[in-house]
Amino acid sequence: MSGTTRPHERRPLTGWGRTAPTVADVVVPATVDDLRCLIQRQPSRGVIARGLGRSYGDAAQNAGGLVLETGGLDQIGPVDPTSGLVTCGAGVSLDGLIRTVLPQGWFVPVTPGTRQVTVGGAVAADIHGKNHHGDGSICAHLDSVVLVDGRGELRTLTPEDDLFWAVPGGMGLTGVIVAATLRLIPVRSDRMVVDTVRTASLDETMEALAEADRTHRYSVAWVDCLAGGGGLGRGVVTAGEHAASPGEHDGGGRLPTTAWAVPSWAPRLPLSPRTVRLFNEAYHRAAPRSRRSLEPLGSFFHPLDVVGEWNRLYGARGFVQHQLAVRDPEVVRQVIAMFAAHRAPTFLCVLKRFGPGSAAPLSFPQPGWTLAVDLPAGDRRVGALLDEVDAAVIAGGGRVYLAKDARLAPSALAQMYPRLDEWRRLRERLDPDHVFVSDLARRLHL
Amino acid sequence: MIDACGAAQSVLVLGATSEIAGATVARLAEGGRLERVVLAGRPGRGRVAAAGRVTALRVPAVELVDFDARDRVGHEGVIDVAFDGGDIDVALLAWGVLPEEDSVRAAPLAAAEVVDVNCTAVVTTLLAATRRMRAQGHGVIVVLSSAGAVRPRGSTAVYGATKAGVDALATALGDTLAGSGVSILVVRPGFVRTRMTAGRRPPPLAVGPEDVAAAIVANLGRGSRTVWVPASMRYAMAALAVTPRSIFRRLPI
Repeated sequence: MSGTTRPHERRPLTGWGRTAPTVADVVVPATVDDLRCLIQRQPSRGVIARGLGRSYGDAAQNAGGLVLETGGLDQIGPVDPTSGLVTCGAGVSLDGLIRTVLPQGWFVPVTPGTRQVTVGGAVAADIHGKNHHGDGSICAHLDSVVLVDGRGELRTLTPEDDLFWAVPGGMGLTGVIVAATLRLIPVRSDRMVVDTVRTASLDETMEALAEADRTHRYSVAWVDCLAGGGGLGRGVVTAGEHAASPGEHDGGGRLPTTAWAVPSWAPRLPLSPRTVRLFNEAYHRAAPRSRRSLEPLGSFFHPLDVVGEWNRLYGARGFVQHQLAVRDPEVVRQVIAMFAAHRAPTFLCVLKRFGPGSAAPLSFPQPGWTLAVDLPAGDRRVGALLDEVDAAVIAGGGRVYLAKDARLAPSALAQMYPRLDEWRRLRERLDPDHVFVSDLARRLHL
Repeated sequence: MIDACGAAQSVLVLGATSEIAGATVARLAEGGRLERVVLAGRPGRGRVAAAGRVTALRVPAVELVDFDARDRVGHEGVIDVAFDGGDIDVALLAWGVLPEEDSVRAAPLAAAEVVDVNCTAVVTTLLAATRRMRAQGHGVIVVLSSAGAVRPRGSTAVYGATKAGVDALATALGDTLAGSGVSILVVRPGFVRTRMTAGRRPPPLAVGPEDVAAAIVANLGRGSRTVWVPASMRYAMAALAVTPRSIFRRLPI
């Protein structure tokens, strides 16, 4: 931690999807004590923490209230050489953490598709990665979290405390996470052995994913949600392992820096069913039928980080990323058929299998399948289409990911998260005055 | 909150019995997210009927607030009552009178009353609602202007003057709100077939209240902007705006 806490700056905020902007007083507390003072003042429209703003929807914005950016909490402690435990400030990005620990032979236990998320945000959303089928979400790798609660008190919570479980998936509404201790995994190389398989149908894609889960630590599939006829759901399945020994190409833990960023004046991608179909065709054809290759860690885990500010490609009206989890593969089939029937310009569909869920009541992953898809928010049909998808997901006992949500109906939330009341009871103990408020919480009455 | 797809959860209607407001609320309720509607208007059967129509849309909370456009002293209080009950996502300023031009020209005080109702009351409520929305950090105020506000014509000079005033204030104020989370939508319909225009012959480009509602809903959450209904009205008025006065005054419009 360094520097001093500067006064509030009132400015508009959105999530990564760049939809529904609202204005808040933004402060970057320089110290945990400053942060506690700000919470103890109990501002009338509440407080929420914000990391790197990579939640797609409105989880890290607080209209008319106070938003605490955690960039000042940027310390990374030493890695315990036997257990792999490391304590980091909530504002540390996974990018920064990986850059620090990879040269020492360690890697984060869970990483999403981008390194540009903070440790605090990762815990609050209980993020998952390509290894969820075997390793679970990030809360399974936490030794403890340090939290400032609704009364401004510091609390250290471990998985033995029942209150701990309100934090992962709690979307910041249980307090401001200031630090977390997580268990890193040992790796011997900064490269990945990657098996790529091209599939011709959804059945094949699902089969290949199930097979990859038996044989690989990491797996994911890109799927085509627009291809006609029997090709619907065809895809490219990639499965990976950390390379077993350092190779001659190992770069001592170097990760690529973002090569270039989309400029603010860039035109909107011409996303329509036709252009997306063309892109899908080209992407599918470009993939090898079956191949084993050695890839840098960054390109396997974080393909989205190659281009900075790529969210601008959706234009001024932004985009909605929709991610759902269901047990029944039949529901996945049904949802993909809905997207195709509506000719929705579903860009970058990703399918993956989830392993067992966690004990956290609001944690997103549940055993079965997860599907994520980008849709332009400016398309007027998107709202009604996603409501229809929600109904199918609820009927199948599934749910959507709150870290990505920007449009769920409040009535759907309790149906998707049957343990919501249990979480609310834990939250009452951590934040009895409901000091922690976000636009997501307002919209969904969390 | 207004979500990423433009769906609102709470609406304040000033001018409870307005048909355009009724159609807008009905459209907003379609997605099933509308939870609270505050109907501000004069007490009476019209307001009760309007409340019944909103309840029929399965909106769980329908509140009634007394609002009289001529009682300017009470306007801030009306806005405060609505906002004190919870965030307002959309405020619709939707009342107005269309007087017989000949009768108001013959009675200057009656003309002044039209100005009070159509214009002064918009000034007070718009400024009060803007202040409350700035504090909550989000929201859209919809102001019903008129295509005629761009160039009032002789046959409706008093009405046109009030709309020109409203349009000017709302447009300029909307520009000052950039980056505040709050926006003002200025709606410029042409002839709308409502009670207010009953008995007048609909000119070309006449629309129904549903058309105005559709345009309003489609533009929520897109920042401060001006919307023409129908969209082609923009070009018709652009042509009229540059028509020389000597010709304009002779046009049969």
